[in-house]
Amino acid sequence: MTAAELLLSLFPAGHSGREEGSLLLGSGASPEGEVAVLGTAQGLEVGAEEALALAAFVLDVVRRHPARPLLALLDSRGQRMSLRDEILGLNGYLAHLATALELARQRGHRLLSLVYGEASSGSALALGFMGDEVHAVEGARLWVMNLPAMARVTKIPLERLAEVSRTSPVLAPGLDNYVRLGAVESVWQPPLAAALSQALRREAGPDRRSERGEERGGRLLARRVAEAVRGGRGGGG
Amino acid sequence: MSDRGIRARHSYREATARRRLAGLLDEGSFRELLGPEHRVTSPHLAALDLPAAFDDGVVVGAGLLLGEPVLAASQEGSFMGGGVGEVHGAKLVGLLERAVRERPRGVLLLLDTGGVRLQEANAGLVAVSEVMRAVLAARAARVPVVALVGGGFGCFGGMGIAARLCDAVAMSEEGRLGITGPDVLETTKGVEELDASDRALVWRTYGGKHRYLLGEADRLLEDDLEAFRTAAAELLRVSARPLDLEELEREHRQLGRRLAEFGGAADASEVWRAAGVERPEALPLLEAPEFLRAVAGARRGGR
Repeated sequence: MTAAELLLSLFPAGHSGREEGSLLLGSGASPEGEVAVLGTAQGLEVGAEEALALAAFVLDVVRRHPARPLLALLDSRGQRMSLRDEILGLNGYLAHLATALELARQRGHRLLSLVYGEASSGSALALGFMGDEVHAVEGARLWVMNLPAMARVTKIPLERLAEVSRTSPVLAPGLDNYVRLGAVESVWQPPLAAALSQALRREAGPDRRSERGEERGGRLLARRVAEAVRGGRGGGG
Repeated sequence: MSDRGIRARHSYREATARRRLAGLLDEGSFRELLGPEHRVTSPHLAALDLPAAFDDGVVVGAGLLLGEPVLAASQEGSFMGGGVGEVHGAKLVGLLERAVRERPRGVLLLLDTGGVRLQEANAGLVAVSEVMRAVLAARAARVPVVALVGGGFGCFGGMGIAARLCDAVAMSEEGRLGITGPDVLETTKGVEELDASDRALVWRTYGGKHRYLLGEADRLLEDDLEAFRTAAAELLRVSARPLDLEELEREHRQLGRRLAEFGGAADASEVWRAAGVERPEALPLLEAPEFLRAVAGARRGGR
C-alpha cells in the first residue's frame, strides 16, 4: 500500500498529508476530530535530519493543538546507517523524537501507530513503538534480521533457526510474530477509517505489551519478571 | 598530568557488572533483586541449545549512593555482548517501574550492550522499546535516571537511544555510544564506510570525548570506578532534565545547530576543528582532565 492510498482510506473526509522526501506530515479529518499525521514512506531510513523534522512536527502539534491525537504511519527499514549520522549522534536525534512523543503523551495527546510497510530497529523504536497503541495492516513487515543473515552472525545453522521459528515468534521476521509478542495490538482490516475511529475513542493506558505477549503465548516471562522486580501489588522482590 | 600516580585506579571497563555496582554504591549496600538464585533464565536461548546465565546478563537491585537510596542496573557485556533479550529487558523495565513506585533518589543504568540480542531478535526489539518507555515514564514521574557508559561493549543499537532518553549520560573516553555500531556499519555498508578494525577511527567517532564535545555526554571521566561513583552522585543531584516543552525546544535548537554546523563533517576530527578546538589532532592523546580544559570553549550543549 502506498502512503497516498493509505491516507485516502484512513481519512475519506479529507486530509492534508503530503509526502516530501519520504516523510509524511499533515493532518486528517476524522469523525472524532482532526488528527495530526506523521510518518515515513517507501521504507525511508531515518537519519538525523528526518528525526529532527519529525520531532519538530510533534513539538509544533503540542504547542498549537493541545490534545490533538497523533497518528504515526510507519514504512521504514530502520535508522540510516552511515558514518556521518553516527558522527552527528543519530541516537540522540532519535531519542529526541521519542521524548517529543512522550511529552505529547504526558500532555494528553493520544498516540496511535500504524505499520503499513516495514518496521525495524531505530525508527520502529523512536517512532512506531512509541504509540499508546500499535496496529498494522495486512502485509506489514516487522523484522530485526532475516534468518540467513542471523545464521551468519550467530553461527547457528539456518535449518535450526527455521525449525525453531515454526513454533517460536522470536526469531523470524513477520507481522504474526509481533502480534504474538504483544508488540502489535491488532491488524486493521478495511475500512481503515472505522478502525481508526474506534482507536481514537479508546482511552490511553499504560504500556501493556508484556501482558498481551503473555496472553498470546509469545512472551511467557516478560510480564512476570518485570512484576517480580517491580515488587508491590503482592509481587515478590 | 592526572592524579593517576597518587591514588590507585580501579578500571571500570575491566570490572564485571557486579564489581561495577559494588564499586559504585556505598560499600555493602547493594541488594540484588531477582538474583541468580532465582534462576530466571532466557527460554529462547535454551531452544537454540545456547548456554543461559542465571541473571540473563543484567544485575538489578537497590543500594545506597553517598547514603541516599538508589536503584541500579548493570549489564554484563561478557554474556552475549550485553544483548537485551526478553528476561534481560524485563528486569530493566521492572526496575524502572519500581523506581516510579518507590521514588528513590534516582536510577543508575550501567549500560554495556550491543543492543538487541540477536538470538531473541523480535523479543529483544520489543523489550528495548519497553525499556525506552519505562525510562521516559520514570522521568515523567520525576525520578532521575542516569546512564553510565564505560564498559568494553559500549552502548549501541536501541540501547544507544535509551541512554539518551535518560536525564544525563556519563562516559569514559574508552566508552562508546552510538546506534549503528562499527561492526554492523561495516557489515551492512562495507569497509569503505567504516573499517571496524581501525580503532582510532572507531574511538574518534563513538568515543566519550567526541560524545562529550557534541553534548551527547554530560561528563567525560577517566576509566576509574571512583570517578564514575562521584559523577553518578553529582549527576543525580544536579541534572534532572524536565520533560517539558521548554526543555525539548532547547534540545531541539541544539540538535538543529549541530546539523547546521557539523552536518558536512566526514570525520569526527572535522567536527572538533569546526567547533574551534585548537589542535584537534591532539585530542585523542589527552588524559581526561587535560582534554576537558582543551575543549572547554568548544563544547556544544550538555550539562
